[in-house]
Amino acid sequence: MPLNLQNVTFTYMKGTPFEKTALSDVSLQIEKGEFVAVIGHTGSGKSTLVQHLSGLLHPDKGSVTVDGVNLNAKNAAAKKARNSVGMVFQYPEHQIFAETVYEDIAFGPRNKGLGPDEVDRAVRDAMAFVGLDFDSFAKRSPFRLSGGQMRRVAIAGVIAMEPDYLILDEPSAGLDPRSRDAVFKEVMALYKKRGIAVILVTHNMEEAARYASRLLVISGGQVILDGVPHDIFTNHKDELLAASMDVPPVYKLADCLNAHGLPVERTPELAALEKQILELRRAKHAD
Amino acid sequence: MQNLIEIKNLEHVYTDTDGNEVKALDGVSLDIARGEFVAVIGANGSGKSTLARHLNALLLPTAGKCIVAGMDTADDDNLWNIRQHVGMVFQNPDNQIVAAVVEEDVAFGPENIGVPPQEIRTRVDNALAAVGMTDYAKHAPHLLSGGQKQRVAIAGVLALEPDCIVLDEPTAMLDPRGRSEIVGTVKKLNREKKITVVYITHYMEEAMQADRIIAMEGGRIKMQGTPKEIFACVEELHAMGLETPLAAQAAYDLRQKGVKLPQGIIDDEELTEELCR
Ligand SMILES: Nc1ncnc2c1ncn2[C@@H]1O[C@H](COP(=O)(O)OP(=O)(O)OP(=O)(O)O)[C@@H](O)[C@H]1O
Ligand SMILES: Nc1ncnc2c1ncn2[C@@H]1O[C@H](COP(=O)(O)OP(=O)(O)O)[C@@H](O)[C@H]1O
Ligand SMILES: [Mg+2]
Ligand SMILES: [Mg+2]
Repeated sequence: MPLNLQNVTFTYMKGTPFEKTALSDVSLQIEKGEFVAVIGHTGSGKSTLVQHLSGLLHPDKGSVTVDGVNLNAKNAAAKKARNSVGMVFQYPEHQIFAETVYEDIAFGPRNKGLGPDEVDRAVRDAMAFVGLDFDSFAKRSPFRLSGGQMRRVAIAGVIAMEPDYLILDEPSAGLDPRSRDAVFKEVMALYKKRGIAVILVTHNMEEAARYASRLLVISGGQVILDGVPHDIFTNHKDELLAASMDVPPVYKLADCLNAHGLPVERTPELAALEKQILELRRAKHAD
Repeated sequence: MQNLIEIKNLEHVYTDTDGNEVKALDGVSLDIARGEFVAVIGANGSGKSTLARHLNALLLPTAGKCIVAGMDTADDDNLWNIRQHVGMVFQNPDNQIVAAVVEEDVAFGPENIGVPPQEIRTRVDNALAAVGMTDYAKHAPHLLSGGQKQRVAIAGVLALEPDCIVLDEPTAMLDPRGRSEIVGTVKKLNREKKITVVYITHYMEEAMQADRIIAMEGGRIKMQGTPKEIFACVEELHAMGLETPLAAQAAYDLRQKGVKLPQGIIDDEELTEELCR
């Protein structure tokens, strides 16, 4: 059963001069087993959208349901539904609250009613997931870390809750290249192993192309494109550029090669592009 | 060329709430010339932000020296003077804007240091023009895109007429257009206004725009050189948890597979040109 958004409209600061409609009439269904990347210009409504999916914001119009349960109801079923959605916030400092990294990550598992040993296991696993060394970081204050370290604590805290719907709002902002790759490798493994849904908000086109099975492009509070990433990056470049987006670097390299008379097909994987280049050279030498 | 910044054996040890010590900088020596554009890269926790915060005396050395425009940052009397020489721009576009109108926000800094009103007007106009935001002078900041907000933040710093701008991951929260707006703006300020730039980033495509790249690891400078020099060290960068621009990686991979390509390829055009030969 899916996560469902039906005709959702949401306005911030209604009735003030700062009134801003951040989502207008958005309908959307996300199934378990999907990996959905959400891209769009700053202020397009991405964070507002995912905060509806996790029940943090209530729609002014329309409804949000998880597995058929209205997320915004005040009953046990709604609470359980909200707990099945885990979200890593765009700004990790909005999510971090405990005195130590350990306590911060342990909060979710404890809240779920796990015993001390299980909590300890969950914390250790989640720290390994994001590449935080247990002995160096468990006892540190999460507020006195570098930007990237703080983000990893926030991700670990959500992973430890084992959500069925994992929402990541710009998780790689501030992560160094190796941690970026490592976190995505772990997320992919989790996604494949547990068949969860992943909803990834990102400004990194490469991540959208490499990991997602579905791409949503948001602009001005509406979904303007919804499809397979490769198709959107190949056939909708102009719309993407108009929406302040771009195509991934590996697509640009393919375009550059094509423009100079080296015929290659666009692909999200650099290795696949390199293979084509090598074949072209082999063919040329054979002439 | 004259050095704007001279750092000698700089160390910084943070003391955590319960007395734990973290050595974030461990003997950094670095000179930055006036007018230079330096990019700083390095894994999370390698000390980049800690280094940046020394440049305008937000942090003081726990050992060693940091001299900015001839002034020792450790000397209290220099504090205000140093803050006018070196401005900082941070990651989050929403945390840096204080006023309800763009031009008031840009005027905030000069007002604070007592610049006379007529001069403030000129400074604000010049700063907004320099970042290409003149048309938005009367706008409300919260309605701007992330890239525009960051440009307003840069204008706010420019209005103090600094010699140097330090940007700590200014594009981390921006969409692709916002990112290229910021990189373009910074490059222009450096080239046309000769402003010294220290630019921290995890995006190698941005670091590639600098005159010199400093790569940090474990609180030390591990490598430094021109972008072409640094991005030729593919294996060393990987070992540090970093990467290279895509074209440099492709050139490296193809070379491994026996394709003859010269060193120093870092962009798509260069790679394509070599492959077309
Ligand atoms: N306020 C603080 N108290 C204690 N330790 C700190 C504090 N701020 C940073 N540190 C530690 O100092 C080291 C360097 O941190 P710094 O913020 O300079 O890293 P960085 O290179 O900017 O990393 P990032 O890429 O994640 O932003 C890290 O080990 C970090 O945990
Ligand atoms: N707490 C808030 N109060 C008022 N306006 C907001 C708030 N959060 C977001 N907005 C506005 O709503 C719009 C959508 O914002 P957001 O969902 O954060 O976009 P994105 O995540 O795509 O950058 C923007 O115009 C933004 O300024
Ligand atoms: Mg957002
Ligand atoms: Mg930092």
